[in-house]
Amino acid sequence: MIAPPPSGPVPYARDFAHRLLTDMLRIRRMEEKSAELYGAGKIRGFLHLYIGEEAVAVGALHALQAEDNLVTTYREHGHALVRGMSMDVILAEMYGKREGCSLGRGGSMHLFDKRTRLFGGNAIVAGGLPVAAGLALADKIQKTSRITACFFGDGAVAEGAFHESMNLAALWQLPVLFCCENNLYAMGTALENSESQTDLCAKAASYRMPTIKVDGMDVVAVHEATRQAQARVRAGEGPLFIEYQTYRFRAHSMFDAELYRSKAEVEEWKTRGPVHTFTARLKQEGKLSEEEFLALDAQVNTEVAAAVAFAEAGTWEPVEHMLADVYTPAGSQP
Amino acid sequence: MSDNTNNRRISYRAALHDGLREALQQDPRVFLLGEDVGRYGGTYAVSRGLLDEFGPERIRDTPLSELAFVGIGIGAALGGMRPIVEVMTVNFSLLALDQIINTAAIYHHMSGGQFSVPLVIRMSTGAGRQVAAQHSNSFEGWYAHIPGIKILAPATIEDARYILAAALADPDPVLLFEHAALYNVEGELPANETVDIKSAKVRRKGTDVTLITYGGSLPKALQAAEAMAQDNISAEVLDLRVLRPLDTEAIVASVRKCHRAVVIDEGWRSGSLSAEVMARIMEQAFFDLDAPVARVCAEEVPIPYARHLEEAALPQPEKIVAAVKALLGERA
Repeated sequence: MIAPPPSGPVPYARDFAHRLLTDMLRIRRMEEKSAELYGAGKIRGFLHLYIGEEAVAVGALHALQAEDNLVTTYREHGHALVRGMSMDVILAEMYGKREGCSLGRGGSMHLFDKRTRLFGGNAIVAGGLPVAAGLALADKIQKTSRITACFFGDGAVAEGAFHESMNLAALWQLPVLFCCENNLYAMGTALENSESQTDLCAKAASYRMPTIKVDGMDVVAVHEATRQAQARVRAGEGPLFIEYQTYRFRAHSMFDAELYRSKAEVEEWKTRGPVHTFTARLKQEGKLSEEEFLALDAQVNTEVAAAVAFAEAGTWEPVEHMLADVYTPAGSQP
Repeated sequence: MSDNTNNRRISYRAALHDGLREALQQDPRVFLLGEDVGRYGGTYAVSRGLLDEFGPERIRDTPLSELAFVGIGIGAALGGMRPIVEVMTVNFSLLALDQIINTAAIYHHMSGGQFSVPLVIRMSTGAGRQVAAQHSNSFEGWYAHIPGIKILAPATIEDARYILAAALADPDPVLLFEHAALYNVEGELPANETVDIKSAKVRRKGTDVTLITYGGSLPKALQAAEAMAQDNISAEVLDLRVLRPLDTEAIVASVRKCHRAVVIDEGWRSGSLSAEVMARIMEQAFFDLDAPVARVCAEEVPIPYARHLEEAALPQPEKIVAAVKALLGERA
C-alpha cells in the first residue's frame, strides 16, 4: 500500500514534535560538521553523509521500542544517534579514537552499540539483511516481543542476499521490519539503470510480504507509517517491507564528483528538505516559535561542539592492544 | 585411554550424528539449519532421525540460499541462540563466503569486543568419490587464512563424536570440515572422551620422519606409515585437527624429534595450508632438519571425474611413501 500523506495538522504534542525536529537537526549539524572535519583531515576513510534523509531515521526509529534490534548500513550516523548513541562516541569513532563505540576499529561505517542493540554498521550492501533475519529468528524461537528493524538502500535490492533474506523471512514469518531507504541511486547508478522492476514494493510483494511506500521527506508520514508497520510485525504478522522515498543531498561519499545527476535535480529535491519543511509546518501551526527554533539549534550546536571537543581529546588504542578481540577472550560468555 | 570394555565400533557418520544429538539434548539454544537436514535426513545422513526427535523448529530445512542461511545463523547467534549451520559441501560455502568472512569473522573485533558470534558451521569437504570438480574441493586451508574464525578438521571417530561440543562451547565462529570420504569409515569409539580444539594430536609415534596431515589424508598417512614400518622406517603421524589456530608447538616438537617432515594436504599446493606448515617449520625448526621438508598435495587441476584420474590427482599412500623415501635417500 501507499501510505496517504497525513492530512491536517501535525498529530503530535509540542514536546514530541520538537523531539523529532531536534533529532533531525542533530543529524544535520553533526553531518555538516563531519564533512568539515573530513576536509580538515580529522576523519578519514569513507564518509557517507545522511543529509537530506534525516526524516527517515528520525521518524522510523522513534516508532521502535527500546528492546528492538537495529541493523543498518554504512550510512548510519543518524541511526546510531537517534537510537541513543551519544554524539561524543560517534564522533570519537569517526576520529578513530579509543573512546569511540568500537575503539576506533570500525570508523564511520561501522557503529556498533550493544546497549541500544545496534548491530552495526554493515558496509557490504545487503550484508545486514541475513543477519537481521537471524536476529529475528532468535526472537521468534525465544518468544520475545522484540522486532528487528533492518535498514538498507535501494542498491541492496540487486543483491542475492536481499532476495534470499526476503524469502526466508516471509517463509518463516520472522519479525523483521525491512526498511528500504530509496534515495534513487546506488552510488552513481540510478534505479532505472540497474533494475528491470523499479517498483521496490513489487519485489517484496512477490515474496508475499505486505509493503508500505511512504514519503521519506516527511517525518510525520515516516513516523506514522512505521508506527503502523512495527505494530503489525510485533503482533506476529510476519515481516513487512517499507519503502521510504528519499534523497541524499550530498555526494555518495567524499570521493564522488556527482557526474550522474543534475544540479537542478538536487535543487528540486532540496525544496522538500525534511528539516526546513517540518520547521515551517510547525511554525505555521503555532507549535514552534522562531525563538524556540533558535534555542533548539543553539542547543544542537553546543552538542556538536562538545562532541568535537570529546573526539579531539580522545586517545589512540595502543598498538599492543591491536590483536585483542580477534577472538573473544577466554572466560567471557557472549 | 578409556576403558576398552566401554568402547564400541561405530562409523564417522554415526559419531557425528551422536555428537549432534547430544548437543541438541543438552542445550535448548542449539538448533540445526541447512539444506535437507530435516525431511531428507541430511545429505550425508548425519542428521537422520533428528527431525522426528526434535521437531521442525530445531531441525530446520532451508531453501538453497547459502548466503542467507549462514547469515541467519550469525544473526541467531548474536540473538542468544547456539545455531549449527550445515552447508552441504565446502563448494557451496563459497556462496556464503561474504557472510563468513565479511561478517562472522570480523564482528567481535570490529565492534570493539562488544559482540561475539558463537556460531558453528559444518560442511563436508574433499574428493575421492568421483563427483568431479564442483563437488571435490578442499577449501579448509583457504578458510584457515582468515583471522577471527576457527577451523577444525575431525579425522577420527572420537573427534567426529566429541569435537562439536568443544566447537559449541567456543564463543566465536567455528567452521567444522567433515571429509566426505570418511563418513563410512568405522572405528572404535572410546567412551567418555573429550577433545579440545587447540591441539594437534600424534596418531602414531615414530622417530624417522613426521607425516603432518589432517582430515581425509590422515588414514592415507597412517596407511603409508604402516607400510613403511615393514621397511624399518619409523614414521610419526601428526594430525593437525585444528587448522586455525595451528598448533605450531606440536609441529615443531615432532620435527625436532624426527628431523624430517612430509606435509600431506588435499588442498592444491600453491598458497596452501601445507605451505604455511612448511613456512613455520622453516621459521622455528630449520636447524633441526636433516632434509628439506617435502609435501604431497592435490595436483593443481580441477578434480577429474574418471576414477584413475581422480586417484592420480590426490595424495595417496604410495605417493607419501615415495616422498619419505626420497627424503631418506640411500638410508631407505
